[in-house]
Amino acid sequence: MFFIKHKKMRSRLGFTLLIVISCNTPAIAENTGKEIFAGQCHSCHDISQKEPQTLKRLWDQKGPDLSSSGIKYKPEWLKEWLQNPVRIRPAGMFYGNHIKRGKKSDEIDTASLVAHPKLSSEDATQVSEFLMLQKENQELVKAGDYKPGTIPMTLGEMMFDKFKGCLACHQIEPGYGGLSGPEVYTAAKRLQEDYLVSFMRNPQAWEAKNVMPNKHLKESDVQKLAHYLEALSQEDFK
Amino acid sequence: MKRSTFIMIVSTLLLILAVDAGAETAKDDYQTYCVQCHGLEGNGKGINVADMSTQPRDHTDAKEMSARTDAELFKVIKEGGQSINKSVLMPPWGSTLTDEEIKGLVKYLHHLCKC
Repeated sequence: MFFIKHKKMRSRLGFTLLIVISCNTPAIAENTGKEIFAGQCHSCHDISQKEPQTLKRLWDQKGPDLSSSGIKYKPEWLKEWLQNPVRIRPAGMFYGNHIKRGKKSDEIDTASLVAHPKLSSEDATQVSEFLMLQKENQELVKAGDYKPGTIPMTLGEMMFDKFKGCLACHQIEPGYGGLSGPEVYTAAKRLQEDYLVSFMRNPQAWEAKNVMPNKHLKESDVQKLAHYLEALSQEDFK
Repeated sequence: MKRSTFIMIVSTLLLILAVDAGAETAKDDYQTYCVQCHGLEGNGKGINVADMSTQPRDHTDAKEMSARTDAELFKVIKEGGQSINKSVLMPPWGSTLTDEEIKGLVKYLHHLCKC
């Protein structure tokens, strides 16, 4: 058995070990990610679960609340998106701030839309690791709530459009569908499935003033719509 | 001014403020939830209409709008288009808006159609 006799040597070794261990713990990533978040992201995104209680607060929201990121986003997608951010909501965070009267109908006022900043690979990793630690509203999501399955694409589209009317606000492929809500053809790439089904069941449980209405879907329909979103996410839209 | 009158005025003002803080105006509700399909002018030409199989109701059309009773308008907002055999594209807003807010929207629709 090996013993370290000198007290000074023991304390040096202990100190070195402490440094090695602390460099490998998520605590450092959290601090760095937290710092980047505080400096670059916090002016548009909240992580304190202050969901808008009034419509005026909803209108003022510049980006989604990220307090539930850890149960909402897929980490690999988040890290990638932060490096190559592309618009998810065609008409911005709150559509009402980005529309104008057009010739045939109202149009998106593209000049009013602000592009999301691009992060370096290193910063994206740190920030996504930090965001994945944010797990507010965990009680709304149950692991395994989403039951994997498949649905023929045509049937899925019929449900989404003709039977449930979701197409009114959401695009199911680039350039096809409503513009006020986020595009859904990337939804299953972005979002964890258990979150998706929870949100579709009751959007107001997540945010009372949410623009997405509760359609009181049957549980079997929630699952089928989630299967459709999965199928859409496998398509290679260009 | 008598002390009791002063207290009454202050408490009335506080009550108005409290009610105002909790309730949204019908116009605010309309701009948040209805404009996306029914348009900034309420004419049924919102940003979502391009790919819709059924076009949204023009709320400025006095003839069409006056053909509906207030009870029907309340029902269609609360329970959605299908509840009155209309399009599924009109969703139910009953989990988003209170009955009072929906009544406010019905009044606001009369304002838009001037009918």
